[in-house]
This record gives sequence, structure tokens and C-alpha cells, in this order.
Amino acid sequence: MATVKALKTVEIMSGNNHNLQEGKNGVKPDGNGRVNGRNGSSSYKSKKNWKDNFYESFEETPLLTAILTVMCYGILVLVGHIREYLRFYSIEQNKGHTEPKIEGFVPLFQSWESFYTRNVYRRIRDCWNRPVASSAGAYIDVVECKSDDHNWSLELTEKKYHVMNFGSYNYLGFSETTGPCADSAEQCVRETSLSVTNSRQELGYTTVHQELDRKVAKFLGVEDAITFPMGFATNSMNMPCLVGKGCLLLSDELNHASLVLGSRLTGSTIRVFKHNNMADLEKKLKAALLEGRPRNHRPWKKILIVVEGVYSMEGSIVRLPEILLLKKKYKAYVYLDEAHSIGALGPHGRGVTDYFGIDPKEVDIMMGTFTKSFGAAGGYLAGSKALIRHFRLHSHSSVYSAAVPPPIAKQVISVIDIISGIDGTKKGIERINQLAWNTQYMRRRLQEMGFIVYGNKDSPVVPFIVFYPTKLASISRKALERGLGVVVVGFPATPVIEGRVRLCMSAAHTKEMLDKTLDILNQLGDELNLKYSRKTPPDFKEDDSLLNKE
Amino acid sequence: MSSTMAILPATWDMYDLVQSFLRTPTYHLVVEVCLVLLIIKLIFSKSYKPEKMVLSEKEKEELIAEWTPEPLVPDIPEDHPVIQLMEKNIVTGPPGKYINIRQKSCINMATMNFLGMVANKTIEDEAVRCIKKYGVGSCGPRGFYGTMDVHLDLESKLATFMDCEEAIIYSYGFATISSAIPAYSKRGDVIFCDEGVSFAIQKGLVASRSEIQFFKHNDMEDLERLLQEQAVKDKKNPKKAKVTRRFIVVEGLYLNYGDICPLPKIVELKWKYKVRIFLEESFSFGVLGEAGKGVTEYFGIEVDQIDLITASLENAISSIGGFCVGKKYVIDHQRLSGLGYCFSASQPPLLAAAAAQALMLMQEDPGMMIKLRENCLKLHEGLTSINGIKVVGLPHSPVKHLRLVEPSDDRDLDNQTLQLVADRAIENKVACTVARYLEKEEKFLPPPSIRIAVNCQLESTELDTVISVLAKSFNEVFAL
Repeated sequence: MATVKALKTVEIMSGNNHNLQEGKNGVKPDGNGRVNGRNGSSSYKSKKNWKDNFYESFEETPLLTAILTVMCYGILVLVGHIREYLRFYSIEQNKGHTEPKIEGFVPLFQSWESFYTRNVYRRIRDCWNRPVASSAGAYIDVVECKSDDHNWSLELTEKKYHVMNFGSYNYLGFSETTGPCADSAEQCVRETSLSVTNSRQELGYTTVHQELDRKVAKFLGVEDAITFPMGFATNSMNMPCLVGKGCLLLSDELNHASLVLGSRLTGSTIRVFKHNNMADLEKKLKAALLEGRPRNHRPWKKILIVVEGVYSMEGSIVRLPEILLLKKKYKAYVYLDEAHSIGALGPHGRGVTDYFGIDPKEVDIMMGTFTKSFGAAGGYLAGSKALIRHFRLHSHSSVYSAAVPPPIAKQVISVIDIISGIDGTKKGIERINQLAWNTQYMRRRLQEMGFIVYGNKDSPVVPFIVFYPTKLASISRKALERGLGVVVVGFPATPVIEGRVRLCMSAAHTKEMLDKTLDILNQLGDELNLKYSRKTPPDFKEDDSLLNKE
Repeated sequence: MSSTMAILPATWDMYDLVQSFLRTPTYHLVVEVCLVLLIIKLIFSKSYKPEKMVLSEKEKEELIAEWTPEPLVPDIPEDHPVIQLMEKNIVTGPPGKYINIRQKSCINMATMNFLGMVANKTIEDEAVRCIKKYGVGSCGPRGFYGTMDVHLDLESKLATFMDCEEAIIYSYGFATISSAIPAYSKRGDVIFCDEGVSFAIQKGLVASRSEIQFFKHNDMEDLERLLQEQAVKDKKNPKKAKVTRRFIVVEGLYLNYGDICPLPKIVELKWKYKVRIFLEESFSFGVLGEAGKGVTEYFGIEVDQIDLITASLENAISSIGGFCVGKKYVIDHQRLSGLGYCFSASQPPLLAAAAAQALMLMQEDPGMMIKLRENCLKLHEGLTSINGIKVVGLPHSPVKHLRLVEPSDDRDLDNQTLQLVADRAIENKVACTVARYLEKEEKFLPPPSIRIAVNCQLESTELDTVISVLAKSFNEVFAL
């Protein structure tokens, strides 16, 4: 069954997918519900057909691998249960910090949750939270963690691994310790102050914030913008200002935790649509308008579609042109979270709107963070003047919480100056092009090697699937020893059978670094048997003109 | 033969039945089957027919075209007074002991810079050193190469300082408590919460989806009443009580009231009714107690008695971020379940290092806390002499609210009056602010006030200036 699906994928990959039976919106979903291959469709009426250059792949998990992966988790859980019994009867020494039983108190944690942490996550927990003793640049110094008791306790050693950094979200390589950005931040610490702890409405609005807000708005090409000191809080604190009871929130199933929390805090009805699946979204929009609110059938007050630009676990890019068509047809509002796409996508680094050549004013609420491409911290909301006025007055952050620390604001300002060429150099555009090239090169080579790579060919988040939790741990440890720092993600952050390695591309990576990384991954792929892909390699090639420095 | 007949009469009846069945004509059978089917249908069909709504495509299109959504945001005039005020009071330079507003250098009574850590030279040096080593941002969440050694260092320093097993840091003060509460308290659990808690806690309560019971501000009898009610409920349904976690959420020093929670009594109730305590110490950390460890030290209560202590690093420490301290098994849970911890980029290293440095300064010089207390007492005494206002808050609290003795019925009018006072004070070089609230969203909206924050660096003469300027401003406004 699965093999048949995999073979179908091959057909789609081969390029002549126009004669394949297509879904309603020109999309051919695969067995796992996601769209594979180039999504060309001649029915789309637009000056430039974006779909011709929109290549995404999500290869189906082979059935046997899926079964074995589930078995792998099953064995881990089984052994865990046996050892819990042994620990309960004090046959095995309990090394964990478990909750002491206090008479009359209800235990603080649900048993399954802490069971999973103790027995599954604990075994491989050295693959996460690795301490770093340098900036998150192209190379990173990872401090070695040693454990004598099977990861119950981890101790830092003096040893440091100097490894290539494919784990940090340093898309444009602005996480730097020297250069104009770091200098302006340093100067700001000296001249202004390290932090402004008042809220904006209580004498915490400084000239630095004014400058930052204006710069961000101008960079994005919208009327106005407002900034906050934490990206996560930008979503969770501000979504409740937009919708409330009697409103409908349509959220992509793979939206980030901050959007999920923000949605929950709004108090509106939340419905989830399948990842990037426009047919499903349209179905839900239509149903919402025809049926109205549950029970009383009154019409909804507003409908807000919440999507991300680039999905950080799948590496897919939102099908924004179609979302905007649906938005117009059904009069919904669109909230676009560009945490991973701002700076990293589009010929000018202005995110998904730039990538698709869409006027950013068509999106109602543009959100993004400064943590990733800007090498700083915090987030922004941008849109029409009226929208931002509303946030200035009613955002939780404007009233109750601290404003952006000035040095961090200065870092963002100088990065924007460089990307948009205000500083008079071409360094910004060079970085954007380097990132685009690196991404395509890495994705093509990995797919050619036979890895199952997820996502869009232009997405700087490059996940490849390794399935087993055991393989996750070994690839992470072995890669670190050989000089490569990667992020691995497993259940519960991904579906059980889709444990993956994630590479984050950066403009700071050189071609030599990429080749070295590919060599390491190629070796590891053979050693650990990770090359699961059965499809023919993709038909795209990186655009070498990006590297021509004029 | 006859004995068999006696034993199996039913079998013979059946045999007869089958025989007669075979002999009947076919139409008879057909009719009977139809009748049986009809009876079944009558039994199982509904007595009435629900009207089925079938819309034609055209009707659907009309319905879709008909619908007009509400505007995304309400129409706010460009010259809304609060926005105008923000633009007018835009700050240049550092918000230290003095703050630059409207080209005037004013004494800063608005920033919660209790210990004068803003613009401290050694803290700045530390921050600059960090930029040179780590850059500005950390470019990742704690799990994915966003844990810098400075974060671990700050965590261990905070844990040692607070005499706790473990500490965890968040990158934003607001996100700390609002992530910590839902990490433990889930749907079905019960939280007993003071009415006077700040907005971040209120958001944490909403995010937890637990049942929330508010008790009157600092009213222990009311709390005990609620706890007793819960105990009665638990007795009735012991099965449910076995899985219902119970929490008390209080602030150490209340931002909105400037008073301190009666912690000894709360701890007593904790053991009596088996409830866990979450203590939010954003405004008491670095302020109360000999060493600035907060309410526990102030009352001489062991930290072990409190299940979780959280605080923001944005007040006494004057960095950005927040932390939680407690037992290892409690805190470690947040590393995988604290949403604002797992899914957010880590605190910028320079801010973590600055916080660690500020903590060290605080430990080196406990005289700061003594000076702060003296300033609070002196200011409190001076402010109480102003006619027409009452000073809300304890004398030694660094947060004080100046409220009108005779408020009008109109909240906006009172706010305007207070804003006039604040404006005049700024003109006379004392910067203070009217406490701002999201009036529609606050659970229990505190009355309008001017909020004063005391800095330990203020000299006696400066405090005199503050008192006289505020007195003058109030008098002038009341005379209008």
C-alpha cells in the first residue's frame, strides 16, 4: 500500500504532473495528506504563475519502517514500565528527582507525562539543551556534557566541540560578535541603557523604539509597526486584542505553540485546518459562513485565518496567494507569522510576500520575530495605521510589560539598514542570495543522496526524516563528534513515526562548509542506514547566478 | 417415543411451523415480510420529520456575499489622548535616577528601578563583554543550541541566592508566571487566587483552563471559606478529589496595592487544606528581607514551604526576563512543559549576564535595601501630608499608589484629573505616571491612581523635591 503511494510520488516528482488527476485547487495530496512535487496548474490566473516554481515534497513513510518505528517506541515504553516497577519496589536505585509523596496532596504531575520524560526522553536528553560557549555564528563551541549514570544527571566538562552550526536560526548570519551591528548595540549600552523596564504607556516609550517601529514598517512596506521584546509573547499577548468571543479562528494544524496559546487566550472558537491544505480551508470557511456559530447559528463576528510563512518543523512555505484569494472570497482576515521567513525568503529578504511578489498590504496582520534572521530578540506586528494604533493602546505589552531593550533594538535597526542597502553596501543582498543558494544546494544534494527531505525547495529550514528515536540520538551524537551541530526532533514535537533531523541554513555557511557537512551526513547516512527515499532526485537546480558578485 | 415428545414439545411445534410455512403461498410470505419491515420502521423512525435545510448553490453564494464581518479593529482616532501622551512623553536617554522627558531632566519616580541598577557602569561592562563574546541574540530556543553558559550561570546563582534546588529563566517577565501556572495546573484543577493579582497572573490563569476561585484581596477568612467549600465538595466526590490539584496563587508585594500578602497564614492554610502555593515575587524580590530574598525572608519562612516562587528580572534587577525557583522536580518539569521556555528563543546573553552582575551587586551591598526602605518611609510620610489624596500601600513598600480621597463616579474623569497632576509634575521635573490598565480585560479593576516607584539612590533633598512638587501639583489641580 505504502509502496504504491511512494511510487506515485515518483511520478509526481518526474515533472509531468499536469495530466495527473488534481484536487479542486490544483493540488494533489499524497497519502499523508500533504502535497508533493511541483504544483503546476494552468488554471491559476495570474500574471506570473508562482506554482511553476513551487516545489514541495513530503515523501510517504514506508510501511515497514512505520511499523518498526512504532515497535521501537513500544519496546522503550515496555522496558520503562518494567524498570518503573523495579524502582517502585526499590530493586533498582531511583536516581531521578521524583516527587516525594506528601500525605494528602494530589501529585503535581500526570503519571504518563513524567513516565515518558524519565524513561524515554532521559535516555537521549544529551541531544538537546547542549550548552554553548560562543556566539551562534557559522561555528559554535558546544560544551561537552558527561553522564556516569545514563543521563540521570549531566555534568559539564572542560572539553568543547568546535562544530559547524546547523542548529541555530541564524539565517542571514547576523549573530556576530564584531561588525557594525554588534558595535551599534555596544554603543547603545554605553549611551542609552541596557533595558527600559517601563511599559510603553508608562514612560517606557523612547526615541529608540520610535526609530525601530518606523524602520520595521518601512522595511516591510506597510504603514506602521510596533515591536515587543519577546517573539513568543508577540503572538500570545496580542492575538487576544484582535478576536474574541463570537469570532472564528482558523488555524493551520502545524502552527507554532505561541500561536496556539495566543488563540486559546482569545476565547474565540478555534478550528484547525490541514497543513497548507487550501481545499480543507475553503471547506471550513464555507461551512462557517453557511452554518454560523454553533448552536445559535448567528453569523460570526469575524473570521481570522492564522498561518505561518515558513513552518519550522516541516520546512514548507505557506500557499499565500491562494490564502489571499480565499480571504477575499470569504472576507476573512489573515494573520501571517513570519518568524522563520522574514529576512530568509524573497529576493529582498522581506519574507513570503516578497517571495510571491505580493503587496504586503494585502495581508491584514504581519507578525515576525527578530530572533532569527536579525540575530537579536523580540518580535513585531505590522499592518495598517489603524491596526497598530489599536495595539499601541490595547496590547498587553504596551500596558503591562517592558519595552524592547535599546541595544537589541539597535541591532535590529542596523541589520535592517544592511539588508535594505541603506548602509550603501551590497553586503545585505549578498547574504540573502548566499542563503538562497545554500538552501537549494543543500536540499538538492541531500535528496540526491537519498535522504527523505521535507519541505519547499526554497525554505531555509531543511528537515530530513530518520524515523527511529534511536537513530535520532546516534546521528546527533556522531555528528557532534565529527564536527557538525544539528538539531534532532522526535515525538512529541513530531508525529511518532516522523522523527527528524533539522538543518537550519545560514548565509554564514560557505560552500566548503556545506560540502563538508554533506560528506559527514553521507557517511552517517550509510552507517546508520538513513537513506530511505525511493523517489528519483528532484528536477530543480540551484541558481548559480545568485552567487555572482558584481 | 412418547418420552422424547414430552421432552421436546417445542421442537415439534417448530417442525409444524416450518411445515406450514412451506405450504403457504408465496404472496402470503411477501406480505408478511413487508408488514414486519413496516413495524420495524415505525419503531425506529422518529415521530416527526426534522426539517432538512438544503441550500442551493445560488443561495449559498448569496449567503456568503451577504455576510459582512466586523472591522478587524475598532476605529481609534489618530489623536487619541493616550497616543498623544506617549508621543509627548517620549523618553530620550537612559531611564535611570533621572529621566529625560520633554527636554527636561526629571527625577524618575516611574521606573521600577528600586536598586538603581539602570545605567550601572559594572553592569554595562558585563553586557558589553557579552556582546563581544556571544553577539546580541542567541538565535535559538534553549533546547536547540540556545543555552549559553551565561544562562546556566545565572540559573545556578539565582538558585543559590534563593536557597532553592533549581532555578529556570525565561526571556520575558510577563511570560514567566503566565507560562508557569499552566505548566502545572490543568483542566479540572482548582486555583485559589487573590483578586488583586497583576495581569500576567490573570493570563496564566486563563491559559491553565482550570477552575478559578477568587478570594478578596488579602482576606484570609475569605480564602479559608473557599477552601472549606472545596473540602466539602471533595468529601462528596472523593474520586474526583483524588485527581484535583489545588493551588493558591498570591503575589508577594502587590503591584496594584503596594501591600504584602500574609504569607504565614497562607502557609498554615496550605498544610491544613493540602493546597500548593505559587508565590509571585516580581516586586518583592530585591526589596523585602535583609538580603532582598523577598517575602519568605521578610516573614522568616523557609523557602521549602513554598512550592514555586517566580519573579521578573525587570524591576529590582533592571534587566529583561524572569525566573522561577523551587525544588528540582518542580522546576525541571517546566523545561519541557513551560510553553514560554520551550518554544521561545532564550534570553539574550547580554541580559542574562547583566542580571547575574546585578544579583552580585545586590549581594555585595545589602545597604541598598536599607537605603531603599528609608527612602520609602520618608516618601510615604511626606506624601500622606498632601490633602485630597490617600497613599495606598505599606510605608516600606517601594510601590505606592496615590488615589483621590473623593473619587467621582466617572473613572475617565478621575484619570484625567490624575493625568493633569502627572503633567504638572513633569513640568516641574518630577516624572511619574498614572497607572494604566486594560479596563475591559482586568478581572477586578483597581481604582485610578498615580503610581510611584521609589529608587534607593534618591537623596533626601530629592525626596523633598518630589514631595513638594507632587503636593503643589495636586493642590493646583484641585483648585481648578
